[in-house]
Amino acid sequence: MNGVALHTGSGLAAGEAALGRVASGGLDTAHGVVLYLEDISVSFDGFKALDRLSLAIDVGELRCVIGPNGAGKTTMMDVITGKTRPDAGKAFFGQTIDLARMSEAEIAQAGIGRKFQKPTIFERHTVFENLELAMKADKRVRSTLFARLASAERDRIADMLERIRLTDAADRTAGLLSHGQKQWLEIGMLLMQEPRLLLLDEPVAGMSDEETERTAELFLSLAGKHSLVVVEHDMQFIARIARTVTVLHEGAVIAEGPMGEVQNDRRVIEVYLGR
Amino acid sequence: MGPISATFSRLYGPRGWLVLGAVGAALFIVIPVFALAVPPGSAFHVSQYWVTLIGKIMCYAIVALAMDLIWGYAGILSLGHGLFFALGGYAMGMHLMRQIGREGQYQADLPDFMVFLDWKELPWHWSGSDQFWWAMLLVVAVPGLLAYVFGYFAFRSRVKGVYFSIITQALTFAAMLLFFRNETGFGGNNGFTDFKRILGFPIATPETRVALFAITGAMLIGTLLLGRYLVTSRFGRVLAAIRDAEQRVMFCGYNPVHYKLAVWTASAVLCGIAGALYVPQVGIINPSEMSPANSIEIAIWVAVGGRGTLAGAAVGAGLVNGAKSFFTQAFPEYWLFFLGLLFILVTLFMPNGVVGLADRLRGARRA
Repeated sequence: MNGVALHTGSGLAAGEAALGRVASGGLDTAHGVVLYLEDISVSFDGFKALDRLSLAIDVGELRCVIGPNGAGKTTMMDVITGKTRPDAGKAFFGQTIDLARMSEAEIAQAGIGRKFQKPTIFERHTVFENLELAMKADKRVRSTLFARLASAERDRIADMLERIRLTDAADRTAGLLSHGQKQWLEIGMLLMQEPRLLLLDEPVAGMSDEETERTAELFLSLAGKHSLVVVEHDMQFIARIARTVTVLHEGAVIAEGPMGEVQNDRRVIEVYLGR
Repeated sequence: MGPISATFSRLYGPRGWLVLGAVGAALFIVIPVFALAVPPGSAFHVSQYWVTLIGKIMCYAIVALAMDLIWGYAGILSLGHGLFFALGGYAMGMHLMRQIGREGQYQADLPDFMVFLDWKELPWHWSGSDQFWWAMLLVVAVPGLLAYVFGYFAFRSRVKGVYFSIITQALTFAAMLLFFRNETGFGGNNGFTDFKRILGFPIATPETRVALFAITGAMLIGTLLLGRYLVTSRFGRVLAAIRDAEQRVMFCGYNPVHYKLAVWTASAVLCGIAGALYVPQVGIINPSEMSPANSIEIAIWVAVGGRGTLAGAAVGAGLVNGAKSFFTQAFPEYWLFFLGLLFILVTLFMPNGVVGLADRLRGARRA
């Protein structure tokens, strides 16, 4: 199944991804896999949120993850981003980076960006400042004390403002944006981090049809350069962007493959789509 | 313009610098001249009482600025900042006790309270206290180190909000009990007093008082500018981001523990310096400075002035303490009632403090 996704990424995109490897320092994707989860188990007070979950995401892939409520989608993202420690199993970023040993901040610096279900942006900062803070840079205390925006950095922020269509709102307080704009700002912040892997939890929730369509276009243009994992309930959106779909149920993968194939899977229909 | 002056000029707009210049002129020229050069009989004479009172309030204003840095900008409410202030005060007090020399009641080499306790030699932690530089080092290092160690464990364990506040309150209370004990070697409940000299100068002369006053004023302005630099830098924007959405900050690749620890420690050090300036002016330091109520009062100054405004915090310290010295003389029994009422009124009607109110009035006039 992973092969399918690789073929859809162009040769140029794969080359860019390989170049990015050097820049992000230490991420080794020589075997073409950017994220590798093996037999991950997490339980909360006896409830098994993840039950021997295994998943591999290829470089440049756009993967959709679906599943009913409580299937473990958000917990899976928590494990990948260091918010929750797995009770058992392995989580590797590339060949060598062991995510289970790193803090949230270290994982973010290694090149994994995450968008939450509810847009979380810095509401009292301006849109511009939100992007500035997210921008890939030396994020230690000492350097932020003396940081000055270089003109190249200003240009990068301006480009991103253009891309997320918030140029006119650059100096507005982010809390005043519409819901859809906040979603876009958060995506923009993720991209400013120049992540290798983006985890997007319900990115089009609360967006208008037009915004949803633009988001689909954006994600499709990102695939190849970045690897994306999208968790979404909006099946139309999934159908629009999906190459490979993974279905979670009760903390484990029950089906994986192209949308059409997954949709006709008997178990999937039973637990999710048929309801 | 060099890079440093360029950085400085950005801190405030022209109006802000004008106000700051006026305050500086009052502190460094007008009040010293009126206190020293104008004879006591004249209507323009500034008495020692006022010099000491304003000097004392400026020390409190430094504490308020330090509090605003962590509470207003990083969202960390400390209810134990009186501890760091007192530690700086005690470090200075130890040195001033040594400066008394043989002029104490017992005319002994040891401080009076040690003679009274029948101690024969200085305890180990008093060694070096006769040296001014050592005292200055302690003023900075003791509050700084304590804050760093305490903060490291608290922030690493992700202790937040009201839990953090309660622990800080417990910390200052525990320290107060410790300092009350005679065997700790800090003069028990009497603390240190009857100072005679500072750096060889007699401590109570008008000239020394004015000098201490001016140094405190310089420190206050320096703290304001430092604070303003911190909160307008990217560091400050990260702090405010931690206050508003700590998770997002982590997922942006910043480690909030380091940021909180940095501003928390800096805040404690500033309090220590304020305490060290306070003791020679007021002439006494005792464990009551560590009482929980004192630390809570600091939070009230900042709330009254306006959280997250810096200058407002300093103004708040001035207003509340000005009112305090009026009330404790005019209606001593009612001060605590007034303080409580003030806090309730500010919380209900002025969520952004005096500064917020002023902004609102300005906005209303313009509209």
